[in-house]
Amino acid sequence: MRLLNRTAGRLSRHRRGPLAGLAVLLLGLLISGSLYTAFAPAQAQSQASETEKIAQGKELFLASCAFCHGKNGEGIPTVRPGYQIGPPLVGTGAAAVDFQVGTGRMPMAAPGQQAPRKAVAFSDDEVDALAAYVASLGPGPAIPNESDYSIEGLSEEERQEAISRGGQIFLTNCTACHNFNGAGGAMPRGGYAPTLHGVEGKYIYEALLTGPQQMPTFSNGNLSPDEKRDVIAYLGSLEDAPEVAGFTLGGYGPVGEGLFVWVLGIGGLVGAAVWIASHTTRTTKSKVES
Amino acid sequence: MSVDTSKVATSNRTNAATASKPGPAGSLATWADDRLGLATAMKKNLRKVFPDHWSFMLGEIALWSFVVLLLTGVFLTLWFNPSMGHITYEGSYDQLRGIGMSESMASTVHISFDVRGGLLMRQMHHWAAAIFIASMMVHLLRVAFTGAYRKPRELNWVIGCVLLLLGTLEGFTGYSLPDDLLSGTGVRAADGFLKATPVVGAYMSFFLFGGEFPGESIIPRLYIIHVLLIPGILLALIAAHMLLLVYHKHTQWPGPGRTEQNVVGFPMLPVYAAKAGGFFFMVFGVIALMGGLMSINPVWKFGPYDPTKVTAGSQPDWYMGWPDGLLRIIPSHWESVIFGYTISWNVMLPILIVPPLMLVVLILLPFLEGWITGDKRDHHLLQRPRNAPTRTAVMVALMTFYGLAWAAGGNDIIAIKLHLSINQITYFMRVAIFLGPVLAFWITRRWCISLQRHDNEKLLHGYETGIITRSPEGQYSERHLPISATSAYTLTARDRDEVLALPSETDSAGVTAPNSRSERLRARLSSWMYSNNVQKPTRAELEEAHHHAEHEAELQAGLDHPADGHQFDDHRLRDADDVPLRDH
Repeated sequence: MRLLNRTAGRLSRHRRGPLAGLAVLLLGLLISGSLYTAFAPAQAQSQASETEKIAQGKELFLASCAFCHGKNGEGIPTVRPGYQIGPPLVGTGAAAVDFQVGTGRMPMAAPGQQAPRKAVAFSDDEVDALAAYVASLGPGPAIPNESDYSIEGLSEEERQEAISRGGQIFLTNCTACHNFNGAGGAMPRGGYAPTLHGVEGKYIYEALLTGPQQMPTFSNGNLSPDEKRDVIAYLGSLEDAPEVAGFTLGGYGPVGEGLFVWVLGIGGLVGAAVWIASHTTRTTKSKVES
Repeated sequence: MSVDTSKVATSNRTNAATASKPGPAGSLATWADDRLGLATAMKKNLRKVFPDHWSFMLGEIALWSFVVLLLTGVFLTLWFNPSMGHITYEGSYDQLRGIGMSESMASTVHISFDVRGGLLMRQMHHWAAAIFIASMMVHLLRVAFTGAYRKPRELNWVIGCVLLLLGTLEGFTGYSLPDDLLSGTGVRAADGFLKATPVVGAYMSFFLFGGEFPGESIIPRLYIIHVLLIPGILLALIAAHMLLLVYHKHTQWPGPGRTEQNVVGFPMLPVYAAKAGGFFFMVFGVIALMGGLMSINPVWKFGPYDPTKVTAGSQPDWYMGWPDGLLRIIPSHWESVIFGYTISWNVMLPILIVPPLMLVVLILLPFLEGWITGDKRDHHLLQRPRNAPTRTAVMVALMTFYGLAWAAGGNDIIAIKLHLSINQITYFMRVAIFLGPVLAFWITRRWCISLQRHDNEKLLHGYETGIITRSPEGQYSERHLPISATSAYTLTARDRDEVLALPSETDSAGVTAPNSRSERLRARLSSWMYSNNVQKPTRAELEEAHHHAEHEAELQAGLDHPADGHQFDDHRLRDADDVPLRDH
C-alpha cells in the first residue's frame, strides 16, 4: 500500500509541473493520430496509390498471367481459328479478375476443359492489384459492394419476398446446370457447373455479372441487380435452413437416392435375411450338446 | 416311457381321460372355431413346412415393404389433394410462400412441413416404394438363378413379372403426383414417349391428358390409378402369388433326405410365424430409419412444376432409370420421315420397343427353357446356378444389359463425381451395351463350367487338405481327402443334362418330316445350352476314384491329421487328442 501511495503521490506531484500541459497535448495528438491511421478509410491512401496498384498488378500479371493472356492482356490465339490459349482480357473488368483469381480458378494449374476452383494463389492485395490492372485495360464491371449482394438492410418482410422471388429466378435460370440444390451438374465434354454450396455471395454476383467459363452472362438488363441479390439470398436461405428431411445424400436427386436404396436398403435387408436364416431352430444333436 | 399328461388331462389309468378346463385363450379359440370353423383350415396351414434359406426370404422384403406402403399411403391420402387447381402457397415453408402452384403441390408441401409426422410418412412411403421394386428384382434373380421357375411354377413366374411391371407403373404414378418440377419433367417426358408412337401417339397423349399437355386432368387421373386401380390389382396378384406358393409348396435345396416329394424345414407355427413376423419389423425398421434420417424427393426444393424450368440431375426414380439410360445414349438423329411424318426411332427404340421386349423375354424364359428341354416333370429341388451354366449366363447377360443402361441413366452424375466427360461415357456405353452382355455371357458360362469341374474334382479326388507332402524323391504334392457323404450326396443330387439329337430332315422314305424345322431349332438350342456342361461322375467313375484314393491312403497312412509342426522334436501336445481333419 505504501508503495502505491507513493507512486500516486509522485504522479500527482508531476501533474502540477510546468511541462504537464504540453506532455498531455503531445500524448493526445499521438494517440489520435495513430488511431486515425489505423481506422481511416483507405480511400485517401488508395486514390493516391491507384497508379502504384496498377503498376503492381501489371508486374503480377506479367509473371503469372501473360503466358496465356498476352503481355497486354490481348489474348493469345492458337493456330486453330476460334480457339485461344487465353482469351483477351480487355473489358472483362475488375469483377472477372476478382472472381477468377479470388476463387483460385486462375492461374490455371494446367490447360483443360475447365478451370477448377482451388487454393487461391494471391493475397487479397495482390488480387486487388491484378483487378485494378485489368480494369485499367478497358471499361468492365467493377467488383460489387457488399450492399449489392446482401439483404442485410432490408426489413423482415422484404427479405422474405426477396428469398421466395430469388428461388423462382434460381429455378428458372440456374437449376438447369447447377441443379435444384445448387449441387452442380455436368456440362459437355468434361465440363461442369460447379457446386454453389459455400460460395460467397460476392463471387456468385461476379459470376452472374461476368459469365465465367461456360456460364452465360446475366447482364443487369437480363437480371437486375436486385434480382441477382435475391438469387444469392435464396441460396443463402437454403444453407441457413436446417435440413429438415435428414441427410441430403449429396443433393443430386434420384440417382443418389437409388444408390442408397440398393446399398443400404436392399444390402441391409438381405443382411437381415441372412441373419434370420442363420439363427434357426437347432436341428442337430451336436449343437445342443455343445 | 411315460409322458406327463397331468397338465392337459386327468386320468387314473382305468377311466378314460377327461380334458381339463381350457384356459382363456383356449376358450376363445373354441368360441371362434365353433363359429368360423378355423380349426380345419388352421390345422393344416399352421403346420405348413417351409425350408430354411436366406435367399427364400427375399420375396418377403417385397411383401413387407408393400405393407409399409399401404400403411403410409393411407396416411398420406388423408391430407393430399390431387387437384391441379391453382392456388398461392401460404404455408410455413419460407422459400415458397407467396408462390403460385397447384393444390397437389401445395398439399404435398403442407404434408411435409405442417402435418405432424407428415414428412416422415412421405419419406417412408418413397423409400418403401424404391425398396419394394428393388426387392422384387432381387427375388426374381434368385428364382431365375436357381431354376425355381421350372414346372410347375411358370405361371407364378408370370405373375411375378406382371407384379414387377405394375410396381414400376405404381411407382411412376406416385412419383408424379406432387406436381413438382422434377416429376413434372418426368410427366412431360412420358407425354413425349406417347407422342412418339406412330399414327396414334398424339391421340393417346390427348386422351391421357384430357387435351394438350399439361391440362388439368392428369394429376387426378394418376391419383386414382395410384391409389385404387393398380394397388387393387397388386393386392389381388400378390394374393394369387402367395396362394400358388402354398399350393406348389416351397422349393428347397437338394440334400440328404430332401426329395421332389417332400419339404424339409420348419412348420409355420411357431418357427416361421416368428421369423416372418420378426422380419416384418426389421423391414419396417429399416424403412423408418431411412425415412427419418435420409432425405428423398425434397419437392420443396424442386418447386412447383413449370414447363419453362428444368433442373440438372433430372432423373426418374431408380427403376425407370434404365430406359432413361437407353434414351440418353441412343444417337439423337435416328429419325426417318415417311410421307411427311417423322418416325422417332430415337425415342421409340429405347422406350417403346426395348423395355416391353425385355419384359416379354423375361416372361418367356421358363417356357423357352421348358420347350428346349422337353422336360415335363415337376421340379421342387433347386439347381445351383453353376449347374445350369447357360441359363445363369443368360441371366447375367440380361443383368449386364440392364446395369449398363441403368448406369447410362446416371451419366451426368457419374461425369461430375468421377471427373469424366459425359460425352465419352455416352460413347463408351454405346459400344458396351452390345459388347458387355456378350462378354458377360461368355465369362459366366466358362466360370460355371469350371465350377462344375471343381465339384467333380471334389467328388472324385476329394478336397484339398492343405497338407503338402514331400516324397523321398523330392516331389511335392498336396494331399486330398474324400469329402463327407452328405456333401457328396448334395453335389450329386442333380440330373444329367440331356442333349437332344438333331433329327433328320426326312424320314426313311424321303418324305419331309412334319415340324422338322422347329425340332431342328430345338435340337440346336439344346446342344447350345447343354453340350458344354460337365456332368456328374458315373457310379463306375466314383468307385474307381475311391479305389484309387484308398490305395493312396494306404501309402500315406498316418497322415490323416494336420501336421502340428512338432513331428521331429519332443514338444508334441501330450494330452490333446489328435485333431481330425475338418469335415468337408
